[in-house]
Amino acid sequence: MKVLVAVKRTIDPNVKVRVKSDQTGVETANVKMAMNPFCEIAVEEAVRMKEAGSANEVVAVSAGADKAQETLRTALAMGADRAVHIVTEAELQPLAVARLLKVIADEEQPGLVIMGKQAIDDDSNQTGQMLAALLGWPQATFASEIEFKDGTADVTREIDGGLETLNVNLPAVVTTDLRLNEPRYASLPNIMKAKKKPIDRREADALGVDISPRLAIHKVEEPPKREAGIKVADVAELVAKLRDDAKVIG
Amino acid sequence: MASAVVNPRDLRFQLFDVLGSDALCARARYRDHDRESLEAALDLAIQIADEVLWPNAPIGDRDEPRLENGRVRVPSAIHESVAAITDAGFIAAALDYDRGGMQLPAVLLQACLGVLKAADTATAGYLMLTKAAANLLDVHGTDEQKRLYMEPLYAGRFLGTMCLSEPDVGSSLGDIRCRAVPAGDGTYRLSGSKMWISGGDQDISENIVHLVLAKLPDAPPGVKGISLFIVPKFRVNADGTLGAPNDVAVAGLNHKMGYRAISNCLLSFGENGGCEAHLVGAPHAGLACMFHMMNEARIGVGISGAMIGYAGYTQAVRYARERRQGRPVDNRDPTQPPVPIVRHADVKRMLLKQKAIVEGALALCLTCARYLDDMTTATDEDQRQRAGLLLDILTPIAKAWPAEFCQEANSLAIQVHGGYGYTRDFPVERLYRDNRLNAIHEGTNGIQAIDLLGRKARSQDGAALRALMEEIRADIDAARDLPALAEHCDALAAATGEIEGATAAIGAARAEGRIGDSLANASLYLNALGHIVVAWLWLRQARAADDALRQGAVTDDDAFYRGKLAACRYFFRYELAGMKPAIALLARVDTTCAEMDTNMF
Ligand SMILES: Cc1cc2nc3c(=O)[nH]c(=O)nc-3n(C[C@H](O)[C@H](O)[C@H](O)COP(=O)(O)OP(=O)(O)OC[C@H]3O[C@@H](n4cnc5c(N)ncnc54)[C@H](O)[C@@H]3O)c2cc1C
Repeated sequence: MKVLVAVKRTIDPNVKVRVKSDQTGVETANVKMAMNPFCEIAVEEAVRMKEAGSANEVVAVSAGADKAQETLRTALAMGADRAVHIVTEAELQPLAVARLLKVIADEEQPGLVIMGKQAIDDDSNQTGQMLAALLGWPQATFASEIEFKDGTADVTREIDGGLETLNVNLPAVVTTDLRLNEPRYASLPNIMKAKKKPIDRREADALGVDISPRLAIHKVEEPPKREAGIKVADVAELVAKLRDDAKVIG
Repeated sequence: MASAVVNPRDLRFQLFDVLGSDALCARARYRDHDRESLEAALDLAIQIADEVLWPNAPIGDRDEPRLENGRVRVPSAIHESVAAITDAGFIAAALDYDRGGMQLPAVLLQACLGVLKAADTATAGYLMLTKAAANLLDVHGTDEQKRLYMEPLYAGRFLGTMCLSEPDVGSSLGDIRCRAVPAGDGTYRLSGSKMWISGGDQDISENIVHLVLAKLPDAPPGVKGISLFIVPKFRVNADGTLGAPNDVAVAGLNHKMGYRAISNCLLSFGENGGCEAHLVGAPHAGLACMFHMMNEARIGVGISGAMIGYAGYTQAVRYARERRQGRPVDNRDPTQPPVPIVRHADVKRMLLKQKAIVEGALALCLTCARYLDDMTTATDEDQRQRAGLLLDILTPIAKAWPAEFCQEANSLAIQVHGGYGYTRDFPVERLYRDNRLNAIHEGTNGIQAIDLLGRKARSQDGAALRALMEEIRADIDAARDLPALAEHCDALAAATGEIEGATAAIGAARAEGRIGDSLANASLYLNALGHIVVAWLWLRQARAADDALRQGAVTDDDAFYRGKLAACRYFFRYELAGMKPAIALLARVDTTCAEMDTNMF
């Protein structure tokens, strides 16, 4: 089975994000970028599938500006076999990415598309679901465990009440949650080997889908500063405060 | 949260903007590299340092290795840290691709190792010793020795040690007592004790390869009679499988002030006459074999000193931004909330001093590593030779200066934390204890100073010192026209003149036969020349920062470059200027210390 794994380049999760002074977005100039952590988990899972023999090829795909190539190299260094880079300088929203990925999925005919449940920059949590709908494939989101048997996959999902296990027919779209695995570090020799693996560059404009933005951003602001805490004398005062000031209990 | 131990931005600035390390990719050996792959290596080191080594470091410090039934036990957290380093390929990083390496340039390798040391220098010690042992066998070992010992070392399956010191012999290796006698089958039987052996026993790797200095029965006296041997913990069969224990016993553990995650052993070899040893290189040429990798090892110790200081500084900055205490001197309104201590001038002083020292020390070590690359891979023969000459004089400084001055930085990091810094709940006290070793091992700072003044500064009629001064003057000339830096150019030009004068005066005393007097202030000389070298490297950094600011660096980011200019100014005005009295003492060949009769203490 071939696995298609979608990855996104985002601000490094260790970096403190700053809002641009004109409030149009967050500062990315000179900011360290890295692979979205949920995507790392997706790559790791795909590579483990290959190591376990349930997959025979792992293809990483990313849509974005030139630099997205670095993120694909990371995927290749972790063990993906080859990569597809959909090149565009345009702002990409979830629907656009899902449409672009559909083109690649149609071409590659993978048995599984695996991707992060969300990206830590815009936290949309939409692309996987949209892609499944566009492809007409089953979807299993928030995966914390995947097991394959006879052309289907048992996917354990993290849901509010606990865990739910779905059995989906393949091909399917699976999105990853944090507990699925712990991604490996790409070793130094593998970083070099990755440079020799092919990255197929495809111009987004030539893929024949509409990627224009559908959402307008009006303003980006810092989250409100946390107020200093207060000490209460006793439980009665605490309950009163929760009821009257915070209004979190009735 | 940014990195807990380094500023990746600064590493990139120093490696690429100042040292132009990406230009190395033009050389045949590094042809497959580009800035992206070099940065990927650095990022990997930062990730492992922050995610694995740093959280595990306090565990290795608290649960120091224990001796149980003759075996040393190391906490599992440290096993995990060592595995992360070896699995990532750092031991073999500089090797050819087809030997499992990454053909990583020395300057990048040292930067990566430095990041690991910033997080936990003690654990990184296992890696450093193993790499050194493997590199040594790579140069001096037979094919058989390479197959049986070197390859498992590079793979991280075996870990290595360096056994030089003995209970009664440290700085003066010529007096060692360990003996090796031929066994008649091409191997030797080794006997004697080795003291202070880092990683001398552990339960991390399946075998341990000790590289041991010992004397053959026909050895001439002194350093010319020292031979080098491989002594495995378990004998290794011809097919690479492990054989019987090799009569190496742990006679005791040393309980150290810091640097605790790596065991430190008194080893006893051949108590039962069964310690099989394999000669490496020619008989009596052991020390020469060892010194082959001394440059790298000493720069490695310098990097450790610099980066432990760096970690302390990083932590101190973080703490000073969060800790609120007191109010500004010009607005003491008690109804206003206290301000973060980073706003107080005295805290700024402590932070700026740390910054100037640790970033300067890092520049010193990376510059040396960059010369290592030039010495081995520059296409031009003259450039290779010149790099070697510069390394001769810079290496003792790179070993000793960071240990000396970053220790002060680590002390200030504690001071910035106030009482909390004095507790084990914060990492700065561990960093302080860990760094204290660097002035002692790998040749004490005192021995380095004597090497610098007694040999390196004098050899070939002072050629190395002259080359260094030429480099410094070239950078002064290049910066002279920049208004922001003119003051520093004058100060540095004056200081170079003064140290040359002092060197000449010391040389004259020596020529008069006052050899003892001429070396009496060697440590002062190393510190003074070290300050001049670090000031020079600050001038280079300032020029790169000034360039970036002129080219209109992104506005949100100009604090980084203005910080560089400020640290440079601090170093020149507070540190370099403060060395003047020391240089005057040197120029006078002052004998206050040397004249002390031993019974006057
Ligand atoms: C934690 C730790 C780890 C170590 N790891 C290893 C290891 O793995 N392998 C190994 O072989 N060794 C190791 N060492 C030993 C280390 O290299 C020695 O401690 C060091 O070389 C100094 O030797 P010494 O302790 O015998 O001190 P000494 O040589 O007795 O020196 C004591 C003092 O006298 C000064 N001094 C000595 N001789 C002179 C002189 N001729 N002129 C002027 N001053 C002099 C020294 O500078 C020093 O200040 C380690 C030491 C420590 C503390």
